[in-house]
Amino acid sequence: MAKTAEQIRADLLRPLVRTSPAYWFAVAVAGSMVLAGVFAFSWQVYHGIGVWGLNWPVFWAFDITNFVFWIGISHAGTLISAILRLANAGWRRPVTRCAEAITVFALSIGAIIPICHLGRPWLFFWLVPYPTERHIWPNFRSPLLWDFVAILTYLSGSSLFLLLPMIPDAGAARDLVKGWRSKLYGLIALGWEGTPKQWHRLESAMHIMAIAIIPVAVSVHTIVSWDFAMTPVPGWHSTIFGPYFVVGAIFSGIAGLILAMALLRKFLHLEEYLEPIHFDHLGKLLLTFSLLWLYFTFAEHLTAWYGNDTAEMNVLWATIRGPFAPLFWAMVVCNFIIPFPILAIKRFRTITGACIASATVVIGMWLERFLIIVPTLENKFLPYSWGTYHPTWVEITLTVAGFGMMALLYLVFSKLVPMISMWELEAGVRKAPIYRRRAVHFDPQHATAKAGLAEADVSR
Amino acid sequence: MKALYALYSDPDAAQRAVNSLKLSGGALGIAERQIVVVSSEPFDGYDFSDEHAQTRIFLLASIGGIFGAILGLLFVRFTQLVYPLPTGGMPLTPRWTNGIILYETTMLGAILTTVVTLLITAGLPHLGRRLSDPEIWHGKILVGVTDPPETARPELEKQLRLAGAAEVKTA
Repeated sequence: MAKTAEQIRADLLRPLVRTSPAYWFAVAVAGSMVLAGVFAFSWQVYHGIGVWGLNWPVFWAFDITNFVFWIGISHAGTLISAILRLANAGWRRPVTRCAEAITVFALSIGAIIPICHLGRPWLFFWLVPYPTERHIWPNFRSPLLWDFVAILTYLSGSSLFLLLPMIPDAGAARDLVKGWRSKLYGLIALGWEGTPKQWHRLESAMHIMAIAIIPVAVSVHTIVSWDFAMTPVPGWHSTIFGPYFVVGAIFSGIAGLILAMALLRKFLHLEEYLEPIHFDHLGKLLLTFSLLWLYFTFAEHLTAWYGNDTAEMNVLWATIRGPFAPLFWAMVVCNFIIPFPILAIKRFRTITGACIASATVVIGMWLERFLIIVPTLENKFLPYSWGTYHPTWVEITLTVAGFGMMALLYLVFSKLVPMISMWELEAGVRKAPIYRRRAVHFDPQHATAKAGLAEADVSR
Repeated sequence: MKALYALYSDPDAAQRAVNSLKLSGGALGIAERQIVVVSSEPFDGYDFSDEHAQTRIFLLASIGGIFGAILGLLFVRFTQLVYPLPTGGMPLTPRWTNGIILYETTMLGAILTTVVTLLITAGLPHLGRRLSDPEIWHGKILVGVTDPPETARPELEKQLRLAGAAEVKTA
């Protein structure tokens, strides 16, 4: 990509000031989904949480499925971006901001879901540990509290990881666009000048953030898995749940990232920046995680089957050949049978191929989360505690609204911020070659800069 | 703030300009801190950039992490001791589960300290006037001198032009 700085800025700032009819159509669709969700939630608040399909013994279903799913999707962004930054992978530059935005929005949606699940959601602030006359203090032994702390840390870190590299771009937008946008970007830019000292501090900070955010990302989904694994219940009490959830999270996250990038490419006309090579690389990552997912799924189910514990077998048979079998095999088809050949054969690993594979993975991973939760709750140790679960329209609508919310937040964000980091892209295009690090230096003994390439230029 | 500056398309030319300004600065009554470089992207590998690379941000982030761990430890222990829950004979302050909270507060401490250090050391938010030119967002590198003595202006202009600037501007 041999573009000048001027062309890069013109291309990437254009979507902020020009809006196509397709954009408004997408906003209308996503907005309608969110409005439907608002209606369903209002209905739930008015009538109580009994409008959900939850009943003894299944007290967790769509809501926790969505919670785990969205926390998983959030792993796409910051984690991938941080790894690629630390590895100094040049191809990451157009991808990082798209990815980091997914993390922040998916985490926010994931964090809202437990609040929706509260009987009285307007008292959600009671969850925050502070001394009151109620004498309610958190139980630090509970994985649900670990969730709260881990998600708070990851959301704070990811938001800052997204915001910091936006500061120089906001500085550019502040000086290059007019009207209210210029004032908005002026606020975000915090008076950014672009001095070498500022650049170095920003790069150092991003480096440290990348180092810190990777273990946090891993911990978040491990802790989400412990919500289940710490319970001695068949199907959940497993030592591999931590890595199994982390792998699943990254798997679904990469799929979400590929879909988001493909949509941005199409609707914001970023074809020259989000190139087939990016989808090819991400497709290979997706393929790797498809295989890892298959390995973990096999190991998890084989161990249960080999142990032949009655309660474990009840859950296993209900999942793979009982009432949940259609969902289970659909999950296997979506997570492996379809994506594997598409992503393994180079000829099919195109943008369209990667998108088809990603769409099936997103569906498959939602099913996986559902199948981890509901069959176990329906088939506990003794038959008297068995039951069935059927979702209601309220839960289905709230699930759809989650996807609508994600799309809407992403659309609004893409209108306010360049979806590709302009300064990082420029730096990639015109990176100082290594040999110049030694060649151009300041020599106070001479009247002019006399070193390497610089000397030749001066003498001209 | 008054300033005299030039724009360069090439980082080598910007480096030459900085070098010659530094060399002649003493004779012209200009301190090094008055020499300003502004660009739209980082230029690692050039002296005008790398002389600012020294930072203690890593050390401070580590201290922030330790501080976060201490705060987390105090928080969980204080809560558990002041509001003791029935634990059925198990330890009131369990190390394993407290460790999970400490891990997260350690990382949060490191992350927040990094951001605060960045803001302070990079001088953000910067509310005063800043030396800038719209051309830098089109790939140019600004090299200039803030508040130069009037008598030094012709010589500074000459130095900036010699380094390869087509035009010298004032702000």
